[in-house]
Amino acid sequence: MDTRLKIELRTSPHLKQTVTVEQIMRNVVYALLPVCAFAVYAFGISVLALLTVTTLTCVLGEALFCRLSGKPSTVNDWSIVITGLLLGLTLPPGFPLWMAAVAGFVAVGLGKALFGGLGYNVMNPALVGRAFVQAAFPVAITTWTPAFLEGRFTEFIPSTLTFPFMQPPPVDEWIAQAQVDAFSGATPLALQKFEQIITPAGELFTGMTAGSAGETSALIILAGGLYLAARRMMDWRIPVGVLLGAALTSLPFWLMDSVRYPDPLFVLLSGGLMLGAVFMASDMVASPVTPQGVWLYSLFIGALTVIIRLFGGLTEGVMYAILLGNAISPLIATVTQPRVFGARDRGPRT
Amino acid sequence: MGILNLLRRNTFEHGIHPQEHKELTCRLPIRRLPFAPRLIVPLSQHTGAPAVALVRPGQEVVRGEPIASASGFMSVPMHAPATGVVESIQLMPTARGPKTESIVIRVYGGSSQEVLYDAPRRVEEMTADEIIQAVQDSGMVGLGGAAFPTHVKMKPPPEHSVDTLVVNGCECEPYLTCDHRLMLEQTDELLAGIRIVMRALGVGRAMIGVEDNKMDAVEAIAGRLEANGPISVHAVQTKYPQGAEKMLIDSLLGRRVPTGSFPSAVGVSVFNVSTLAQIGALLPKGHGVIERVVTVSGAGVRNPGNYLVPVGTPVRYLLEFAGSTPRSNELILGGPMMGMSVASLDVPVTKAVSGMVVLETSDADLGERKVQPCIRCAYCVEACPMHLNPSTLGLLAAKREYEKMANEFHLNDCFECGCCSYVCPANIPLVQYFRIAKAINREKAA
Repeated sequence: MDTRLKIELRTSPHLKQTVTVEQIMRNVVYALLPVCAFAVYAFGISVLALLTVTTLTCVLGEALFCRLSGKPSTVNDWSIVITGLLLGLTLPPGFPLWMAAVAGFVAVGLGKALFGGLGYNVMNPALVGRAFVQAAFPVAITTWTPAFLEGRFTEFIPSTLTFPFMQPPPVDEWIAQAQVDAFSGATPLALQKFEQIITPAGELFTGMTAGSAGETSALIILAGGLYLAARRMMDWRIPVGVLLGAALTSLPFWLMDSVRYPDPLFVLLSGGLMLGAVFMASDMVASPVTPQGVWLYSLFIGALTVIIRLFGGLTEGVMYAILLGNAISPLIATVTQPRVFGARDRGPRT
Repeated sequence: MGILNLLRRNTFEHGIHPQEHKELTCRLPIRRLPFAPRLIVPLSQHTGAPAVALVRPGQEVVRGEPIASASGFMSVPMHAPATGVVESIQLMPTARGPKTESIVIRVYGGSSQEVLYDAPRRVEEMTADEIIQAVQDSGMVGLGGAAFPTHVKMKPPPEHSVDTLVVNGCECEPYLTCDHRLMLEQTDELLAGIRIVMRALGVGRAMIGVEDNKMDAVEAIAGRLEANGPISVHAVQTKYPQGAEKMLIDSLLGRRVPTGSFPSAVGVSVFNVSTLAQIGALLPKGHGVIERVVTVSGAGVRNPGNYLVPVGTPVRYLLEFAGSTPRSNELILGGPMMGMSVASLDVPVTKAVSGMVVLETSDADLGERKVQPCIRCAYCVEACPMHLNPSTLGLLAAKREYEKMANEFHLNDCFECGCCSYVCPANIPLVQYFRIAKAINREKAA
């Protein structure tokens, strides 16, 4: 009998569920892969290059900032890969690669490292990067190219390979040459806003339209969201709340004037709303933790998106809506503390 | 999840589903453990004031004889677990940490397991106060793990009127099956104990709650109950911590104990099945609590089982009897969710030790996983049975804002079930943070 048993002291609980941060993040990456694959399929090698550049700059930026701040490298936790992929997916397919690299670097630096890295970022880092390039390169970020061009797997969109620190060449002429059928380079949101043309829901749902690299197919985005929700690696309330908020806000306007204002289904399926609702508003770190808080947060984002779209100068409002939602989520947290078991009142005791 | 739980009665909201590991021992009948050569009986193995030794070193004691008396209402006496001689009364290590004044008994070789020291009485003729006194005299404490003196719970504060006795047969801790075996093997003693306590409390209703992973126990009990009688048995959902008294009351009756209050505030008294079975067995004979059933289990144990262990048996003796594997590296007294890992094998089994779980290196490999920043996944928020916000509490603890935790975020409602730490993907030792915060707040208040 071994009485010299080597025992260790630990504090309870002595059992642990096996899901780790890395696993959660890796599964989000898995859920994003089909979205990336469809983006490459729809827009060709330019998007492949775009996603590669954003992901690489994010990963390298994370490694660099960890080293600079003297922290152990957090590249292995996969969260930065999500940032890189998401950033690439929110950019126009022909976005110049050097600008994408700037966006990636800003996403990590301003969006994440500045706040202290994973767990401390106030806003979704990918959207911080995108917001930066939206302000810095207003033309490039609103230059859209049609999906499913004939030569997309053999030829880069000319703007993609713009020389660093140079303005991209205009692509209109190139599109006119490359285009063989009726696919339009204008995004459904722009068509609706400026020409009151409603793209059919079926096309929006399957992703037959122009738009940011990864936002076009609602179907594939929803499939990724269902996967994550089923594995409890995403709060299902967030996409549901965002979509609900958007639908409910757009409904009265559409009922008032169905020519000027889009129908709720179009609102849900067009632009980046689906991608934002499923993959970006749901960023765990930047969203509230209590169910009540999550509802408030997600409904706010959905409603704000529609308000920006309908009344703002921009055609799309998802990005700013989510960033604002992120910004107010600490505020939401203070008013939505859970009602403690057996307590009469909700929230903090004062 | 929340909605599903609301639709489905017989459970509470939130909680977790750890792997049960009960199959290791749940079919093994209770076996008697031989006497260890030396038994260590701490004078403080219950909540409240320590007992006062009645014996001196060198004095002979008979199995069942009182060896220490209660030092007030919030205290219980101790009885000799075996016939032998008092070797010393000295400070000895205990599982709880600090050394405690203990009576060390050298057991006579070949001494009998029979309890010779008894005082039979007719419990059915006793008044409520006499029963409560008898329960205190038996040294009874909450055998589910709380070690709260049982007789104190039988006298609820006068401003509360208790209408229901809730009998806790949940045994929601993984690995543990001692209550399960007891419900199967000592059903009559359990029911006798329930009737005695019902009389003492003056309640007309008793509800036995058993997790639905022990349907054989539910059936065994139901088979001995009259239909529509005062005692009923209910299967509740298998979910940790179903056996926490506030959760069980909510599951069975839909009553929520107000924060900071005892169950009597909603008219309920909760007793563990093993406590009641011992009351049923001991009171008529006038015996004291000198042994209890302990589940010995875990991958690190060669012969897992349920053992009837004399109080005071050193853990080392129990472990040698059950055998350990070379890879065993952690020894827990109690269950793995709320139990304490011991630093020394010389600590004794006390009245409230329901299990001894030995884990192997490969079991949990908690040591390997590093602590990462909170990613606000909210798993803990959805796990906390008290509906606290462990995520925010954890962030506050890291900033050492202990008073804010208590004053604004209900820290003191945490009963340290461990659900939050269990689910945390970032491996943050949340419960430990909360224990520290509470301890520091207590120190500041003192």
